[in-house]
Amino acid sequence: MKKLTLLAILLLTSALTYAGGYRISLQGQKQLAMGHTGVAVINSSELVFFNPAGLTFLNEKFTVSAGANAVFANISFQNEQYGWYTEADNPVSTPFNVYAAYKINDWASVGLGIYTPYGSGVEYPTDWEGSHLINDISLRAIFIQPTLSIKINDKVSIGGGPIFATGAVNFNRNIDRTTTNTEGERANVTIDQSGITAWGYNLGLMVRPTEKFTLGINYRSEIQMDAEDGEADFQNMPNGLNIDGKYDNVTFDATLPLPAELTVGASYAINEKWLVAFDYNRAYWNAYEALDVIFSNGEESINPRNYKNASTYRFGVQYKATNRFTLRGGYYFDESPVQSGYFAPETPRNDSNNFTGGFSFKISERFALDASFLYIHFDEVDESYDYYKDPTGTQFSSFGGTYKNNAFVPGLGITYGF
Amino acid sequence: MKKLLYISLATVALTSCQPEFNDSVDEQGFYSNGDADFSTFVAVGNSLTAGYADGALYLNGQQNSFPSMLSTQFKHVGGGDFTQPLVNDNLGGLLASGNQITDNRRVIRLGADGSTTPVILEGTPTTDIVNTLEGPFNNMGVPGSKIFHLVANGYGNIGNFPAAANPYFVRMASTPDASVIEDAVSQSPTFFSLWIGNNDILSFATSGGVGVDQSGNLDPTTYGANDITDPNVFASVYNTLLTALTSGGAKGIVANIPNVTTIPFFTTVPYNAIPLDAQTASVLNQAYAQYNGGLLQAQSFGLITAEEVAQRTIQFSAGQNAVVILDEDLTDLTGINAGLTNMRQATAEDLLPLTTSSILGTLADASNPQSIIGVAVPLTDAQALTATEIEMVTNAQTAYNTSIKALATQYDLAFIDVEAIMNQLANGGISFDGGTITNTFATGGAFSLDGVHPTQRGYAVIANEMINIINEKYNATIPGINPGAYPTIFVE
Repeated sequence: MKKLTLLAILLLTSALTYAGGYRISLQGQKQLAMGHTGVAVINSSELVFFNPAGLTFLNEKFTVSAGANAVFANISFQNEQYGWYTEADNPVSTPFNVYAAYKINDWASVGLGIYTPYGSGVEYPTDWEGSHLINDISLRAIFIQPTLSIKINDKVSIGGGPIFATGAVNFNRNIDRTTTNTEGERANVTIDQSGITAWGYNLGLMVRPTEKFTLGINYRSEIQMDAEDGEADFQNMPNGLNIDGKYDNVTFDATLPLPAELTVGASYAINEKWLVAFDYNRAYWNAYEALDVIFSNGEESINPRNYKNASTYRFGVQYKATNRFTLRGGYYFDESPVQSGYFAPETPRNDSNNFTGGFSFKISERFALDASFLYIHFDEVDESYDYYKDPTGTQFSSFGGTYKNNAFVPGLGITYGF
Repeated sequence: MKKLLYISLATVALTSCQPEFNDSVDEQGFYSNGDADFSTFVAVGNSLTAGYADGALYLNGQQNSFPSMLSTQFKHVGGGDFTQPLVNDNLGGLLASGNQITDNRRVIRLGADGSTTPVILEGTPTTDIVNTLEGPFNNMGVPGSKIFHLVANGYGNIGNFPAAANPYFVRMASTPDASVIEDAVSQSPTFFSLWIGNNDILSFATSGGVGVDQSGNLDPTTYGANDITDPNVFASVYNTLLTALTSGGAKGIVANIPNVTTIPFFTTVPYNAIPLDAQTASVLNQAYAQYNGGLLQAQSFGLITAEEVAQRTIQFSAGQNAVVILDEDLTDLTGINAGLTNMRQATAEDLLPLTTSSILGTLADASNPQSIIGVAVPLTDAQALTATEIEMVTNAQTAYNTSIKALATQYDLAFIDVEAIMNQLANGGISFDGGTITNTFATGGAFSLDGVHPTQRGYAVIANEMINIINEKYNATIPGINPGAYPTIFVE
């Protein structure tokens, strides 16, 4: 009952703040099905991501979980003043993860995680009304995290590991609101770089005051992805502007922060069959001040973002129906880091209500199939990006209207352990 | 295999879950057509209606003509397809049997030093007027047409070209002898725009006033290309056009004629365009001493007044100096002295066409360093629009606009005061989301590189204002147009 009240309060939280960014919370089928809780849930090697400290509390000697999700994200946009209507035609993205944990002895475990916590794939029709901000974007980051977990005593465990991040970006937009070549084709630029690397870390602490009650805390550091000397391909520039080959063989530098995240949470095993979990995430999005692209030809594209730190409230439940069959469900409320007036169409996400479900089915003693489903619901939101200026312009112009998003994310995974 | 089927079914189901708005702008009924029927929209007029800019009618300009912008917005309130007599390319020049008869569009050439020069875009155009198009066309804008041309049969007959036919109308006329208005009315418009009359004064003005003010002459078949159309002829034909366009019960919007003195074609080159140092000024003054003396002599004979002597006396000093022009309205003194040509210095009341900017200060005779145009060699009658000529133009424009306003009221039509919009462009400009457009040549954003026709952004400002007026007049809620999304001038 108390939890229902809590849930109701969360649902009523003001919708005037905005969620999402380019964080993708799909780091394991079992935990996703439970509302992506997990900082205090001792379930599987997904702990490598959720809380490295927990590995020593796993029963298995060796366990591997691997899975992937298919993200079907939809965006509708309209502007009543001008009668515009546009649907993004987003490609289906497939974030994945692989986790392994190995118990060296009673007090030490090692693990390895490969997962994709950040990314974005948005594709609007070329030359749409907001094409001066974005035509399409593809962001990918893969984290590789070796992990060590040490049990201090029966109740307390710590863990952590370095993160090696490798990323790629491909982003196309028109260079401004109007410039074309003499054929009327819009001038645009694609920036592209892959193999961007950086380092970070993941730390966790897990405490079990009783057999049934588990507390967890986890901190993942910020990682700055610095693109240097990436390729900037200008298309349809008027020939007359290309003085001394100014738009030939251009490169770019840009920085995209993958923000730090702090999670605290608890789980409680009500009985043999039922487990409930609650996580609170704080994502330090204020690191994302601007998306500034500096070109080697002396031009630059300055795009203020001014994200704010954002919270996510997660609730999950697990029910062991039979020896072979485990059902899971969850809900989370995801606050958008985007502030009013900074609502850029590359991540046009407001606060969202997220509903999850899934199950594990034990195929054999060692193998289990994990399935999950996530539905993300966004309310319609009237918002705009007010900080765009044409390169030759003197005033900001506003681009906005009504956005409505949703996403459907089925996922499948497999767990092996002994 | 079954699994694959399920997966693909699920994929289809999920991707078709596009979020739907509670009230979608794409649903009929979101916007209201009010008391008007926009299903068949026909636009009648001249180059402004056709989408002409930068000295040519080219494809991109047509695609963003103001009637095309309007038709896009009309689609939200039941508007149908909108066809235009599109040219073949973005060069815009016309051919007649393979020979180029009109220039390509103008574009900006950037110099390595940062200079910007309007030049004619290079290339061989591909639009030959002998290849006539299959109509009908919702856009009945015919570049170069004067009001009486719209009712003239044979205006699209290539047999009458170039004397009494128009190359643009030759391409699009339904039959060689159909008139513009006949082809417009045969489409049974439910809504129309009419913006005509600009060329009835503009060709006189841009030609530097070499034509004749035909006020009082009621027979337009006797007019020359650069003449001013008689205001009574104008009113009468305008009435004929509106009678025809409203014969099927159509509603519409009519536009008046801007003042030619507000367009950059006349506001760019200043009357005092000649910079001189004291020494050169003194040399020139000595050279003109004889002319000035001759004027005084003529006054002593009683041939001209002291006032005219003052008007004609040529005097240079250090700094900016007024250009020397020929003025046919001055008293002809060449009978007593061939050297006393009709010269005077321009005043702020005279206007110099944009086309003089490339010849002022150059040599009339390359072998004679003294023959500097505008200083030692006066600008010709065609190279200046004098205050007297401006008055003729303004008088006709005022009369036309009075008729347009009165007929708009009589026919109960929406009316847009384009004259006021152009005056605003000349006095501070018009703001849009992201900036302001003014009538400054090239950089102001409102006028294209011919100095006469708007840019696409300029047309968008006008179209947006038309929508406001149509909404007001017919209780409609048609969505607006964002001028910031339309280009201004183009770089080659």
